[in-house]
Amino acid sequence: MKIGIPKEVFAGEKRVATTPDEAEKLIKLGFDVCIETGAGQNADISDDAYEAVGVSIVDNVKSLWLEADIVMKVRAPAAYPELAINELELIQQHQCLISYIWPAQNEDLIQSLAAKQATVLAIDSIPRLSRAQKMDALSSMANISGYRAVIEAAQYFGRFFTGQITAAGRVPPAKVLVIGAGVAGLAAIGTAKSMGAIVRAFDTRPEVKEQIESMDAEFLMLDFDEEGSGTGGYAKTMSKEFIEAEMALFARQAMDVDIIITTALIPGKPAPELITAGMVESMKPGSVIVDLAAERGGNCALSEKDTVVTTSGGVTIIGYTNLPSRLANQASQLYATNLRHLLTELCPEKDGKLFVNMEDEVIRGATVIQDGTITWPPPPLTLTVNKPPPQTEAPAVNVEAEDRPSTPMTRFKQFLPMIIVALVLYGFGSVAPASFMSHFTVFVLACFVGYQVIWNVSASLHTPLMSVTNAISGIIVIGALVQISTSNILLTVLSALAILIAAINIAGGFLVTRRMLEMFRK
Amino acid sequence: MSPSLVTMSYIAASSLFILSLSGLSHQETARRGNYYGMAGMALAIFATIVSDAVTSYSILIVALLSGGLIGTRAALKVEMTQMPELVAIMHSLVGMAAVLVGYANFFDHSSSLVGIEKTIHEVEIYIGILIGAITFSGSVIAFGKLRGRISGRPVLLPGRHGINLALLVAVIFLGYEFVLASQAGAGEWPLALMTLIALIFGIHMVMAIGGADMPIVVSMLNSYSGWAAAATGFMLSNDLLIVTGALVGSSGAILSYIMCRAMNRNFLSVISGGFGSSGGGGAAEIKGDIVSIQVNEVVPMLRDAQNIMIIPGYGMAVAQAQHAVYELAKQLLKQNKTIRFAIHPVAGRMPGHMNVLLAEAKVAYDIVYEMDEVNEDFPNVDVTIVIGANDIVNPSALDDPNSPIAGMPVLQCWKGHNTIVLKRSMATGYAGIGNPLFVHENTRMLFGDANDSLQSVLKELQAS
Repeated sequence: MKIGIPKEVFAGEKRVATTPDEAEKLIKLGFDVCIETGAGQNADISDDAYEAVGVSIVDNVKSLWLEADIVMKVRAPAAYPELAINELELIQQHQCLISYIWPAQNEDLIQSLAAKQATVLAIDSIPRLSRAQKMDALSSMANISGYRAVIEAAQYFGRFFTGQITAAGRVPPAKVLVIGAGVAGLAAIGTAKSMGAIVRAFDTRPEVKEQIESMDAEFLMLDFDEEGSGTGGYAKTMSKEFIEAEMALFARQAMDVDIIITTALIPGKPAPELITAGMVESMKPGSVIVDLAAERGGNCALSEKDTVVTTSGGVTIIGYTNLPSRLANQASQLYATNLRHLLTELCPEKDGKLFVNMEDEVIRGATVIQDGTITWPPPPLTLTVNKPPPQTEAPAVNVEAEDRPSTPMTRFKQFLPMIIVALVLYGFGSVAPASFMSHFTVFVLACFVGYQVIWNVSASLHTPLMSVTNAISGIIVIGALVQISTSNILLTVLSALAILIAAINIAGGFLVTRRMLEMFRK
Repeated sequence: MSPSLVTMSYIAASSLFILSLSGLSHQETARRGNYYGMAGMALAIFATIVSDAVTSYSILIVALLSGGLIGTRAALKVEMTQMPELVAIMHSLVGMAAVLVGYANFFDHSSSLVGIEKTIHEVEIYIGILIGAITFSGSVIAFGKLRGRISGRPVLLPGRHGINLALLVAVIFLGYEFVLASQAGAGEWPLALMTLIALIFGIHMVMAIGGADMPIVVSMLNSYSGWAAAATGFMLSNDLLIVTGALVGSSGAILSYIMCRAMNRNFLSVISGGFGSSGGGGAAEIKGDIVSIQVNEVVPMLRDAQNIMIIPGYGMAVAQAQHAVYELAKQLLKQNKTIRFAIHPVAGRMPGHMNVLLAEAKVAYDIVYEMDEVNEDFPNVDVTIVIGANDIVNPSALDDPNSPIAGMPVLQCWKGHNTIVLKRSMATGYAGIGNPLFVHENTRMLFGDANDSLQSVLKELQAS
C-alpha cells in the first residue's frame, strides 16, 4: 500500500509527518512512501534526503491524495490557502487518514470525514497504556513544548538563568515556577534546571512530588488534604477551598519568582485561570510568563493566544500555541517515530497491508472512523493484564521496622542480645584460666580483622576468595602435624589421615585460585 | 627450632594470611594475595615440622605429599563450571580434618590439665568435633546437590524445626555427659553419639535448602570450616589456628550476609530451610502470551542496537555457553557497540560464580558490572540478552508482595527497550515461581540450548 505525506497547510505549521529515517523503516515494513515536494522544507529536511531512502517525490498535491492509500499528516484536514480547496475534498473513498483529529472538539470534521467513507485514526486518541507509549504523540509533543517554553522565556528574560560570581559582580540565579508537572511541565523543569535556574513546581496530584524532586526541583506543598488525580493520569477539577489555598500560594510565589511556566490543563474543559491580573502586576519588571494553555483559554488572565504581550508593569506574557512547530525538526522526528510505531501495530505481517484490528484496544482507541462508520468514542478500557507497574518501586518489605515507634521497651529489646552476650562472657571470664583468655583475645581481634579485610573484597572475586579461604583453612594441618609424633598408633593413623586431607585442601585450594586469577584480565 | 622461633613464624604466617585476603580486594593485587597465602602456609607447615613437637617424619611426609598431589590434580583438572562443587567438597575435607584432629586430641592422654582447664579443654574438643562434623556432612550434601546427584528441591520433613531443636537439646545433654565422663578418663560414647547427631544435623540442614539458595549455603559452610579450624586452635592452644580460623570464619559469614541481602532473605530462615515457606499467600498467576523468536530475527535486533546488556545466569554455566557469549560480545564490540555484562550477586551457585566463568572465557573484567552499577541504566539499553537466568530478572520481586522472592533486588531489564531471553523451556526457576518478564510485551523468547543458540546467532551475525 502507498503512504502519502502532503505538506502541512495550517498556517505556521512547520512539522512534517515523516522523516527520511522513519520513511526508510516504513518501506521496510512493505509500504511505498511518497511525499509532496517541499513537505519537509520547514523542518530542514530536503526532498533529496527523502529521495535517498527511496521515497518518491510528488509535485502535485492533488495527485498525491489520489495515489495514496494512506495519508499521514500532522494537523487535521484544513482549507488549502493557495488552491482554494479544502483537504477534505481531496480525501478519496476508503482512504485511510492518520493525523491529529481532536474528535471531541471537531464534530463537524468527523461528520464530513465519515461521509467520505474514509478510515480515520486520530493520533491524539491513542489510549494512555504503557504498551502505547511509543505511539503517544501527545507526550512527545508535550515534551518539546516544555523544552521550548523555557527557551522562549529565556529569549525574553533579560538575565542569566544560572547564578554566577564574576569579576564584574554577583549575578543571582533566575527563579522559575512551573505549574502543572505533566510531561510538558517535567520537561520544562529539566530544561530550566539544566540552564542553572532555581526551579519550583506545583501540581495538584501529590504523586508527582517524587518525580519533581527526582529532577532536583522543589515541590511546593499545599497544606491541604485533597487529591487531584483524575483518571488516565490527568488532573481533575479541585474543590473551592483547595483552589483558594492554591491561589494564595501562587500570589506569594508571583512576587518572588522571575519566570512562570503554566501547563495546567483539565481534559475536556477550558484551562483553569491560575495567574490573575493582580498577580501579574505584583511580579517584578522583566519577568516572563509562558502560558502553555493559551490555546484553551490560558492559565494566565492576561495571556493572548499566539502573541506576546508586555504589560505596563514590564511583564512579558507569551501565549504561543504551537510550540512543537517552533522546534520543527525535532518535533517531526518524534512525531514520525510515533506514527511509524502505530503503523507497525497496524501492519502485523510486515507485508505493507493495513489491518485495522478493532480487537486491539490501542488501535480501537485511535480509530475514530472505520470505513465511514463513526466509532468514536471508544468503549472504556478494561485493564486486565499488563497493568502498569507502580511508580514507587520500593519493596513492600522492610518498611514496618522503620515505622515502629521506638518505646523504651523496643529500645531495650534492641540491646538485649548484646546484654546477654556480655553477661555470658563475664560469667565465663570469672572462671576461665588466664591461658584461655589470651587465646580468646587473639580470637576476637582476628574476627574483627577478618571483618574489616573481607568487606573490601570486590564482588567479582568472591569465588577466588572462597577458594583461597578454603586453602587457608587447611591450616588445620598444623593441628595434625603436632600430634603425629607419638607412639600411640591410633593417634598416628588419625593424624596421618587428617594431614592427607588437609594437604589436598591446601594444594587444591591455592592452585585452583591461581588458575582462576590467571584468567581475570582487562 | 626453639618455641619462640616457631611462634614468630606463626605470627609471620598469620600476617601473610591477612595480606592474602586483603590482596583479593582488587583484581590487580589478587594474584599477589594468593602468593602471600601460599608463602604463609609454607612457612607455617615448615616451622611446625622442624619444631620440637615433631620427631618422626616418614608418615608425615608421605601423607603431606600424597595429599598435595591429589589436590594438585584436582585443581588442574576441574572445569570452571564445576567450581561450586569443588569448593563444597573441599569444605567437607576441612570439616573431616577437624573431626580427626579432635578425636586424635581426645585419645591423647598425655596432657596434664586439671580442674577447670581440663573441663574447658574437653569442651573445646567437643565443640571442635561438633562444628567439624556438621561442616563435613553439610558440605557432602551440598556437593551432591550441586552435582545433581541429589535433587535440588528442598526436602522438608514434617516438624523439621522440632527435629532441629531436639537434636540441639541432645547435643547439649551429651556435652554435659561427655564432660562428666571424661573427668574419669572415659567419654568415648557421648562423643561418638554427638558426632553422629552432628552428621545428621548437617545433612538435614542442607537437604532442606533449595537450589537457588546454594550460594548462601556454600558461603555458610565456608564460614563453618573456619570456625572448625578456630575451635581446633583453642583445643591445641595454637594462636595461628585461631587467627586463621577466625579470618576464614568471618569471611564466610560476611559472604553469607552479602548473599542473603542480595536475595532479601533472612539468614536464619534460609538455614532453617524451605524456599518461601514463610512467604504467606500465593503469588499472582502469570497471564499473557509468550512471544518466541528465531535466531534470524535476533540478528537484526542486535544489529540495530547500540547499547547491549548481557545478563548471565546459572543456565549459562549449565550450557557451558560462556565461550560463545564471549565470541558474540567480541563480534558486537568490533561493530562499535556498547556491550556490558550485568552480574547479580546470587547468579549461579556460589558467590562470584559468573565472574569466574566470564573470566575463563577471557571477557575483560572492566566490562563486567555489578547489579547496583548498571540497574539504573536499563532504560537506555536497547537490547538485553538474558542467558539462562530466571529469578534474578523476575519483576514480581518488586511488584508482587505475595511472591516468594518479594523484595529481592533484581536486574530490571524489562525497563530496557527489548529483552531476549535464552531459555531451554518454559520451566520455572529454582524458586518454582512464574516470571512475568517472559510475557512482557518487550520480551522475546529464544528457546533452545543457550550454547547452540548463541553459536548460530554468532554465525548469522558474521555472515551478514
